[in-house]
Amino acid sequence: MSLEARQVSFSYRRGKPILQTINLTLEAGEWVGLAAPSGRGKTTLCRLLAGYERPTGGEILLDGRPLPDRGVCPVQMIWQHPETALDPRLRLRDTMRETGVEDRLLHALNIEPAWLDRYPLELSGGELQRFCIARALHPQTRFLLCDEITAMLDLITQAQIWRFLQEEAGRRGLGLLVASHNGALLERLCTRIVPL
Amino acid sequence: MTPRLNQRQRALALLIGAAILLMLIAIAGLCLNQAALITDFSRKNLPPSLEMPFGTDWMGRDMLARTLTGLSLSIRIGLLTAGISAVVATILGGAAAMDRRLDAALSWCIDLVMGIPHILLVILISIACGRGAAGVTAGVALSHWTSLARLIRGEILQLRQAPYILAAQKLGISKARIIQVHMLSHLLPQLLTGLVLLFPHAILHEASVTFLGFGLSPEQPAIGVILSESMRYLTTGKWWLALFPGGALVAVVALFAQMGQYLRALLDPASVHG
Repeated sequence: MSLEARQVSFSYRRGKPILQTINLTLEAGEWVGLAAPSGRGKTTLCRLLAGYERPTGGEILLDGRPLPDRGVCPVQMIWQHPETALDPRLRLRDTMRETGVEDRLLHALNIEPAWLDRYPLELSGGELQRFCIARALHPQTRFLLCDEITAMLDLITQAQIWRFLQEEAGRRGLGLLVASHNGALLERLCTRIVPL
Repeated sequence: MTPRLNQRQRALALLIGAAILLMLIAIAGLCLNQAALITDFSRKNLPPSLEMPFGTDWMGRDMLARTLTGLSLSIRIGLLTAGISAVVATILGGAAAMDRRLDAALSWCIDLVMGIPHILLVILISIACGRGAAGVTAGVALSHWTSLARLIRGEILQLRQAPYILAAQKLGISKARIIQVHMLSHLLPQLLTGLVLLFPHAILHEASVTFLGFGLSPEQPAIGVILSESMRYLTTGKWWLALFPGGALVAVVALFAQMGQYLRALLDPASVHG
């Protein structure tokens, strides 16, 4: 399986392109680092690859075909700000139940059972991010786009989460795109690093 | 030792208490409808006493009965206004959020209606609808939906771009479930709070239009009618004719506003475990 951005351009406003003719291929089982300073379009590229936005030029292809419009998208993005990615009016138990997140994942991410009865407002960013990761690891997920997902965490938690992701992705043969401006982190995790 | 209520429980208790009180006023007014019209010249112009707590007017009518009947009418008009506004606002706000061209047209309409001074619009519609009870009800009911419609439109537009809605779509959750679970649960509290806070506006507008003489007919015991009649007797020292009905109106309006605050506090997820 492969996820490909072919000649992708994108602009939020006409005449002001954020991304111009980007080419990027992500194979199953591969970890690609996306390194760039702030404001270069890391998040935008992730949004395009996950199908949240349509490119103004070029195309996003999954195994040579466009991303599916309905059903579970095999490309899942984990957002930089988990507090916006979870419905504030639902207890986390309900949000997790909605997509059938396996208990195994919650356990592996050190999510305490008591957190499930709380609302997103009552948990910290790091705690919420674990829920987002667990949710993104849907059984049908093939590619995972991580947009600065551990920027708000302390080093020990960061290490725990990345170790878990390495294990899980290795077992399932997931392809990962890791966007970060922490060069050392990318060096450590990724098989190759692409500057933007 | 009596168990202390937490903030949520207290807000809920006060909310229910206020609702019951308002309901009692509405029912009492309905029952006193006949008593409010009885004229008895043997007891005219009586100041407040234990027997007649609100006093009587120049025709010997019981002011307490008249005030309660007037408030009851106001509350019922407020109820109707809030109901109509909620339906219109939800339909128009929802429609505006769905289509860009429709949005432009509806937003222009909302701006137009909001641009006209409220009281003027109420008077115009009420005259166009044939004055009287029907006129004033139509005038008040048809002029209050704009702010709520704008609120709903903004909320839906914002919700559609919210990361958690987008993420839910990508995780294969059906459109029906997204609208039902993720959008309505967010919109309903907004709508409900907006609705309750509409009451005071509607009641005050109804009273002021009536006071100005464009609303209900003078023989009807409405707060606006009572107040405008009392004007003529204020200078001769009949202070109770204006003070009690006016004070009661303010109290009812304040009660509704308080209810809105309690409701907002109760529906806010930040206070669920508070």
